[in-house]
Amino acid sequence: MSILVTDTGFLPAPPADAVPLAGIAAHRGVLDLAPTDDPAALRPYLADLTLIRVAFPVFSDGRAFTIARRLRMMGYGGALHAVGPLIADQYAMARRLGFDAVEIPDDLAARQPESQWLFRADWQAHEYQARLRA
Amino acid sequence: MTKAHDIGLRMVRNAGGEPGFEVIVGGGLGRTPMIGTTVRDFLPVADLLPYVEAVLSVYNTLGRRDNKYKARIKITVHETGKAEISRMIEDRFAELRPLFGGGDQAVLADIRTAFAPPAFRDAPVAAHDAFYRADPVFRSWADTNLAAHRNAQYAIVTISLKAHGQTPGDATSDQMRIIADLAERYGHSDLRISHEQNVILPHVHKSDLPVLHAALVKAGLGTANVGLLSDIIACPGMDYCALATARSIPVAQELATHFEALKLEHDIGPLKIKISGCINACGHHHVGHIGILGLDRAGVENYQITLGGDGTETAVIGEKTGPGFAYDEIVPAIERILRAYLALRTDPGETFLQAYRRVGLGPFKTALYGEIGQKDAA
Repeated sequence: MSILVTDTGFLPAPPADAVPLAGIAAHRGVLDLAPTDDPAALRPYLADLTLIRVAFPVFSDGRAFTIARRLRMMGYGGALHAVGPLIADQYAMARRLGFDAVEIPDDLAARQPESQWLFRADWQAHEYQARLRA
Repeated sequence: MTKAHDIGLRMVRNAGGEPGFEVIVGGGLGRTPMIGTTVRDFLPVADLLPYVEAVLSVYNTLGRRDNKYKARIKITVHETGKAEISRMIEDRFAELRPLFGGGDQAVLADIRTAFAPPAFRDAPVAAHDAFYRADPVFRSWADTNLAAHRNAQYAIVTISLKAHGQTPGDATSDQMRIIADLAERYGHSDLRISHEQNVILPHVHKSDLPVLHAALVKAGLGTANVGLLSDIIACPGMDYCALATARSIPVAQELATHFEALKLEHDIGPLKIKISGCINACGHHHVGHIGILGLDRAGVENYQITLGGDGTETAVIGEKTGPGFAYDEIVPAIERILRAYLALRTDPGETFLQAYRRVGLGPFKTALYGEIGQKDAA
């Protein structure tokens, strides 16, 4: 994982000093979540975490989307990254569900260059679900 | 069909008369046919979106990802169990519900204005009533192809696309233009396609029915068979579909012409025959009163029969009768089933499905395979 995709384009992904959910008691602010992890287990730690990275094993595994939404519903206000081979078309959906950025592997960044991700940086436009929830 | 879908929403009213939905999850046909599980008996209309989101959210968390054939809500509901999945859905719903502040209801109100009822006409229907009594061809069509409208001066018209011997559900471009013109002239410009593969004009004033019927007859669209044997749902089958393992359309055509020649379909009465040409079940054969599934047995078409299926609110998956039948044996096999039904029904008012529920598979198995064949089949 070496490219961090944001609304303004590509950045080199910073190294993360992360622990998995099993080691959360000793976290230093950054947590890695697997798609099988239950966000409810984080409740006591949410206020102290500064970054949660949720893994997408493949782009078609949508469990991390539900995890992101639940973390935001639980009140988590820190940074939230989707980590894995998401495709550019999913960027807007990841943002709408509460992710701040997407960390993608280098080979994917080469195949789907920055312009394709910036194309969906207007993720707030036509966000029909937000209109229904107003 | 609400019980044979991933999520089924059946409109109901509660004890207080308020409209809402019975929520059914985990139904489906295909290679693993299942009737859905009711997770909510009554869901208020205003809770619909958060509730459906809760269902999908729970499915997204639990759903199988190791095998694409098992990546379906029906598998998740079956493996998780009704009590646990209901609890999870209700918990998720409780989290999601407060996020909906009424925006969805405002959008719904907007959409509703686009579905306002037409300006119904108030006109005499006495001429229609006299015509109905005088013209037997019209009366036969009216008795099968019309449904009651909430306005007593109107009727709901089903235009049958199941002329005997034609490809079920097909209309030519000329017929489509004629139907569109008729909908404009007599149907308040409203026209719908039904899952039964027919066309519905939902609002026709009774005084217009005789002239509408005459126009339909002229266009080859006046077949009076809605809800009867020849009103068959058939998938495209091997003639058009790359997935198919057997032909569907010719089986439907031969059934329709065969029973038309015998003049039996009105005597047999309400009957749903559904035909699929492969296990994916696009013809919904599992919920046909008589279901026919075309398979490939060592390069030869073979048709498996299921009986007693029902796609309505009393949904049931049909039971397999036993070994399948070759292409040239399937129409005689269906005739044996229906002759058995005519012989054992208590009176002409007892439909095939009612008779099947009363007597079960046994007599029909005997009719299909004979006494000895039944033992072999069992």
